[in-house]
Amino acid sequence: MEHSSLFMMIYVFVLAIFVGFELITKVPPTLHTPLMSGSNAISGITIVGALLSAGMEEFHISTILGMIAIIFATINVVGGFLVTDRMLKMFKKRK
Amino acid sequence: MEIINNIILVSYLVSSVLFILGIKNLSSPKTARKGNFYASLGMLLAIVATLFDQNVLTFEWIIIGLIVGSAIGTILALKVEMTGMPQMVGLLNGFGGGASTLVAIAEFYKILYNPNIPVTSMDAGTIILSILIGGVTFTGSLIAFGKLQGLVSGKVIKYPGQHPLNALLLISVIVLGVLFVFDPHNTSYILIVTAISLIIGVLIVLPIGGADMPVAISLLNSYSGLAAASTGFVLSNNELIIAGALVGASGIILTNIMCKGMNRSLMNVVLGGWESAGTVTTASTTSQKGSVKSIDSEELAVIFDNASSVIVVPGYGMAVAQAQHAIRDLTNILEKKGINVRFAIHPVAGRMPGHMNILLAEANIDYEKLYSLEDINDDFPNTDVVLIVGANDVVNPAARHDQSSPIYGMPILNVDYAKTVIINKRSMNAGYAGIDNELFFYPNALMYFGDAKDAVSKLVTEIKQL
Repeated sequence: MEHSSLFMMIYVFVLAIFVGFELITKVPPTLHTPLMSGSNAISGITIVGALLSAGMEEFHISTILGMIAIIFATINVVGGFLVTDRMLKMFKKRK
Repeated sequence: MEIINNIILVSYLVSSVLFILGIKNLSSPKTARKGNFYASLGMLLAIVATLFDQNVLTFEWIIIGLIVGSAIGTILALKVEMTGMPQMVGLLNGFGGGASTLVAIAEFYKILYNPNIPVTSMDAGTIILSILIGGVTFTGSLIAFGKLQGLVSGKVIKYPGQHPLNALLLISVIVLGVLFVFDPHNTSYILIVTAISLIIGVLIVLPIGGADMPVAISLLNSYSGLAAASTGFVLSNNELIIAGALVGASGIILTNIMCKGMNRSLMNVVLGGWESAGTVTTASTTSQKGSVKSIDSEELAVIFDNASSVIVVPGYGMAVAQAQHAIRDLTNILEKKGINVRFAIHPVAGRMPGHMNILLAEANIDYEKLYSLEDINDDFPNTDVVLIVGANDVVNPAARHDQSSPIYGMPILNVDYAKTVIINKRSMNAGYAGIDNELFFYPNALMYFGDAKDAVSKLVTEIKQL
């Protein structure tokens, strides 16, 4: 990794934090639990790294670590999005 | 190959945008479900794009991982009760953190087995950082899960030398991290840092008490995002950095809201418990100001029948007793009589942000009837009856005027300004802060003892018979 790419990543990180602040301050308290479970599922994006490890051509310890990481991240992603949907289905307006 | 790489990069960009749109749509209950769908679409796109990466050549381990993970995730998501949502979120946080640590360790072994891969100090540094954040998130979340599930004591646990020990562990991680940067092929540094990170996670969440869990869960939520972002730095992947930063920001905002709701600093929560929590054993009976008046369901039904406006204040006790459906029945019968029923939700009611809201939504109560503290606090003087179900410290007027009270300064719901305040509790025990609630002794306060679900159901039956 070069210095320039590290700084580019820090730029992206800092700007994304600001986008996050802007978006999330607009989420009403009523939706705070689905926000947590939904954002939780998004943090399962680590699965990208897990796939790159488990799918390597040569087999060694990284493959196994990657596979366990896929299991963890998939639980996070699938469980998170499903449970969020289950909750959001309940937020209906009644007449 | 070049074209495929570019398509993958564009897919990551689109996926990041879908995450942002997803969270944006969470700003209203009307669009929230669509938002969650956008975000899941973004995730699917990122996963599929990664499968086309030139470094992904074998698929058997990937398929096993995806199937096992999807099965467990689906079962968890479909089985969990709405009251168990704080534990669920805690557990999912933990898996996210665990994945980050594993990916960072896997990256280390790739470097170890491929001496041709050039390693810069930044690569080594980001690996250590990722292991640390992920590891702390992993075990910290598991302890939070255990506490919420009742597997680990929910009490404030304090032990001598707690803070020096944590500081020492953190310093050793930093020292080992620096050593690793200069010797990035040394396995023992990685293993020791992993072990210490896992221990730190246990030690920082263990002292946190049950009612402080909203803060702990929010903070761990933030960590899980930062863990994903740190993995992004390890892999030089902007999508992970963006997604992780969004989640990190979300967790920080929620943590801040929770701390404000308790008028406490983050430090105070993390260091463990209310100042008095360790010293006050049981609520002292000597400080009683007069006696409390209790009421039975029959008399209470008459009071509700004569009211024109009612505000319900739910707390963790409602979740424990699963009383939300009984409360929905009460709401329906009162509304049929033309009585205005609203709900006042304190920011830290329950065990996680928005905990009360999902329980009431589960019971099919219109979300437009749920009001936050700022929106409803001025309406209490014009309210006939307030019904408090399983809440205590968040309605204690001592927070407004008693400077000696540990909860002084905490924003509370001004229920005592209403004409009549009904407090449903199982007994006279003190709340989490371990202090008496003077509200119970107010002239306009009536105690309605009993398990929340039974008591509210009984009340509904009585009102029907009027």
